[in-house]
Amino acid sequence: MSDALSRPTLGLRPAVGPRVPSTIFELSRPRVGGSKIQPASGDGLAGIPDAYLRKKEAALPELNESQVVRHFIKLSRLNYAIDTGFFPLGSCTMKYNPKFNEWAARLPGFARLHPLAPDSVAQGTLQMLWELEQLLCEISGFDAMTFHPAAGAHGELTGILMVKAYHESRGDFERVEVIVPDSSHGTNPATATMAGFKAVEVPSNDQGGVDIEALRKAVGPRTAAIMLTNPSTLGLFEEHVDELLTIVHEAGGLAYMDGANLNAIMGHFKPGKAGFDVMHINTHKTFSTPHGGGGPGAGPVGVGQTLLPFLPSPRVLQDGERFRLEHEGERPTSIGRMRSFQGSTGVLLRAYAYIIAHGRELQQVSEDAVVNANYLKALVSHIYDIPFPRHCKHEFVASGTEMKQRTEVRTIDIAKRLLDYGFHPPTIYFPLTVDEALLIEPTETESRETLEVSADAMIEIAQEAYEDPDLVRTAPHTTPVRRLDEATAAREPDLRWRPGAKAPTQAS
Amino acid sequence: MADVPTNLRYSDEHEWVRVDGETGEVGITAHAAGRMGDVVFVELPEAGTQISAGDTFGVVESPKAMADLYAPVSGEVIEINSALEDHPEFVSEDPYGAGWMIKDKIADAEEAGRLKDAAAYTELIAGD
Amino acid sequence: MPYARLSELDREHMLSTIGVSSVAELFDDIPEPLRANGLDLADPEPEQVRAARMERLSGMNRTGLVNFLGAGAYQHYVPVVVDEVIRRGEFLTAYTPYQPEVSQGTLQAIWEYQSLMAQLTGLDVVSASHYDGSTATAEAALMSIRQTRRERVLISRAVHPHMRQTTATYFSGRFTLDEIPTAPDGSTDLEALEEMLSVEDVAGVVVAQPNFFGALEDMQAASDLAHAHGALFVSVIEPTSLAVLSSPAEYGADIAAGEGQPLGLSLQYGGPYLGILASTDKLMRQIPGRLIGRTKDVDGKLAYTMTIRAREQDIRREKAASNICTNQSLCALAATVYLSVIGPSGLHDVAVGGGAKARELEEVLADVGIPRIHTAPYLNEFAVRVPNAASAHGQLVERGYLAGVPLSNWYDEPEMADALLMCTTEVTSSQDIVGLAQAMREVIA
Repeated sequence: MSDALSRPTLGLRPAVGPRVPSTIFELSRPRVGGSKIQPASGDGLAGIPDAYLRKKEAALPELNESQVVRHFIKLSRLNYAIDTGFFPLGSCTMKYNPKFNEWAARLPGFARLHPLAPDSVAQGTLQMLWELEQLLCEISGFDAMTFHPAAGAHGELTGILMVKAYHESRGDFERVEVIVPDSSHGTNPATATMAGFKAVEVPSNDQGGVDIEALRKAVGPRTAAIMLTNPSTLGLFEEHVDELLTIVHEAGGLAYMDGANLNAIMGHFKPGKAGFDVMHINTHKTFSTPHGGGGPGAGPVGVGQTLLPFLPSPRVLQDGERFRLEHEGERPTSIGRMRSFQGSTGVLLRAYAYIIAHGRELQQVSEDAVVNANYLKALVSHIYDIPFPRHCKHEFVASGTEMKQRTEVRTIDIAKRLLDYGFHPPTIYFPLTVDEALLIEPTETESRETLEVSADAMIEIAQEAYEDPDLVRTAPHTTPVRRLDEATAAREPDLRWRPGAKAPTQAS
Repeated sequence: MADVPTNLRYSDEHEWVRVDGETGEVGITAHAAGRMGDVVFVELPEAGTQISAGDTFGVVESPKAMADLYAPVSGEVIEINSALEDHPEFVSEDPYGAGWMIKDKIADAEEAGRLKDAAAYTELIAGD
Repeated sequence: MPYARLSELDREHMLSTIGVSSVAELFDDIPEPLRANGLDLADPEPEQVRAARMERLSGMNRTGLVNFLGAGAYQHYVPVVVDEVIRRGEFLTAYTPYQPEVSQGTLQAIWEYQSLMAQLTGLDVVSASHYDGSTATAEAALMSIRQTRRERVLISRAVHPHMRQTTATYFSGRFTLDEIPTAPDGSTDLEALEEMLSVEDVAGVVVAQPNFFGALEDMQAASDLAHAHGALFVSVIEPTSLAVLSSPAEYGADIAAGEGQPLGLSLQYGGPYLGILASTDKLMRQIPGRLIGRTKDVDGKLAYTMTIRAREQDIRREKAASNICTNQSLCALAATVYLSVIGPSGLHDVAVGGGAKARELEEVLADVGIPRIHTAPYLNEFAVRVPNAASAHGQLVERGYLAGVPLSNWYDEPEMADALLMCTTEVTSSQDIVGLAQAMREVIA
């Protein structure tokens, strides 16, 4: 503690800019906008019965371009982002999003291509997608990829539906359960339910891995699959992963890997080669595609030979020197479509550019991510309780339980106080298996200095928790809005602008 | 320490029932309401629905959590507390009074008797 | 490594602080037989080389063709301002707004998006968006099943094939998805619908407006039929058409789902796109995905936050209605900026402009012996009879025209064997139309 005391106080700095009280609706004025679209000439509605036409106009706002720019630029300044600061969100891999990828995606040859354009017209994109599939297969150790899924959760659903199709193709309709560790991300059991399975939870052991004996008891003829995250959601590699896979396979089930934590293991562990049957990848985590405030991401799914016949259709195939999409009905064993068209190509293209930029040095990406996480852990472990002290991978878990008992300052309060220090907090209250959890993932695109400054902030806040707990419990103090009334938001939902409603009165 | 009225019976899923002749009034305990946080929404069945003990008869929702409501006794729903539609917070503020949820016509008078009494329920939640 | 931050000195110091002598020690918990030996990939490619690579690949796509292809993805003019806003690092590289105090930009923008979609659809509750139109439609169908506790959904054969196929995959044999046949005029056969509704309980009826053939449906009649039999009515919408066509609320739809790509998103060979999903107030707690709501902070200041979250996967886990964890936030932002800057008159011009060009196209094509195959009203898309349509289509590509798409790709009815689905938008010119007709005349001669 004395080392922390001797450092000068960091000082508070606001993480984001000032509030924007008006919405586009309040800014609207008659006839100030428009002049973007050529006025329609001719009777574009000839032949349409009056009954099919709109009676009540949509009250869309009228804004001049200069207003629109100012409004959205001001809004943007209210956001914390990777481009503005450190984002140690465990399980999210908030690494730098390269601007090159934005330029590449906007090349007109890529951006203007219609998804139903004939193959002969789309050779550039088809080649890019085919190459991306080869690259991801090499990285993950699988034999083939589907690019349909628009997100990780979408990929999970795709993977589990393929597992279902596989068992049914063998005439086995008894396998109605999917095994899910208690530390798993909520999407895993939700996916199982969505696919029509029953999620069966198995507990973790005291080293944070799956309890092998519990798994042995849980598998059987009703087991369709296990969904495993490796490294686990605690940032720890499942040391007995081979045994876990054997247990599930011997019971006739398949092994699904949640690839959210792929950033930890590239070049060191290839799930497809290690025995997993299927895995989804989050391009917006491991492969730098931007989060965009919540999306769009992409969730390609890799499979081995067992599940290859069931991949969604269409795939991209190589035909001599050229590339083509699978035709409708060409592969009847496919589970079908998971979405319109063939994938979030614009997102996949960014992942492609990222992978090409790194090549085999993706291994070093993982190594630096792991070094950074272990270093940050070492810097805070004398102050924060680390329930699993062994070397972590790309992320680690701290627990605020002791602090809560001693000071009544909880993890949420620490998180909110970090905002006053100009940092986005880590993931909190996940995984559910650790009380008052903080899940911290720095990623490899952060410098040693950033890690040290953020560690200092965490230590200073811990000090504040003991010396001035109320300050922490009422944080944040410097953000444009402070803690929100979530209860009223849920009880009296105000989800859209209503014409004629007065803008709510605002204090100050 | 959450209050546990002595004149009620309690299920393991933290529902209470107030028996009055053939009618049972049902709600969730102060302990359960406390754990949920501010209750923002309650979903209840329609009058006339037949429910068996142990069935889910609705959900209670807070900003951070959602819990199923399990019927402590079997019967036919004869009345629901429609005030909860506009005032779900009654469940948080007055779980044994204004926060009551459903009234049903009890099928089996003995059933409520087999539930925990206040002392047994207090013991159950002490371990929580 | 182009984005690496650690120097060799850094690594040395850090490893020593951690208490290991090499990076390899941090990976020795991986069982030896399972260890990979590096990646068999090329050397890192410097930006200059990568730029040449991407230019070469993009140059291999022929995007200079004159475009008459719609079929679920539409070419519109997107004002430059849209890209300026979505390129802002504060929007582009922000995360899901779990910490609302530092995410008010994203939260307010999405609330504005929800408000705009509510105006267009006339409905009360709009989700913060779904992956695309097909997954939104599939989720709408599942909503109708949850709400009514029935297990059968009817979907018109005139709904986009991808939407029907995706819904079928999402149902994965657990629920029944039956197709309502189409009538010769290009619309949904409402008599057949009535018959199907009376045979067995139906949870939801799904009809598109305009439909895949570009034909306009009698949505009021379909909606009334659904409700008369206790089913919900799901309307699949195309957002620009809502400038002129009846809103889903006007014909009593319970749920509206659709593809938001036309609102400021470029074609990008299929995505990322934007799933619009809206419902009546009554279904608010059935709608999957996130919702942004208004509230106040402790000082009484107006603020925005994700709300009604208890139903989402991280809280509800195996009891969640959907596993969705994200939204297409940046795409919804693009749509919001697009609508803000073109305004109601601009959207009107997009819809009516496309319609005007479509009528011009129909006339000009009819003059060269290529008639429309349906008779139902249309807005800006319709199918025409072209002899040897599939082969003609290929020849037209050679001549520089993307003449829609052959319907026989998805429909095996004999009357669709020689049909091309053609589309015009506000960017189509009269010259384009004349040129196409000329090329078609040559091809079919």
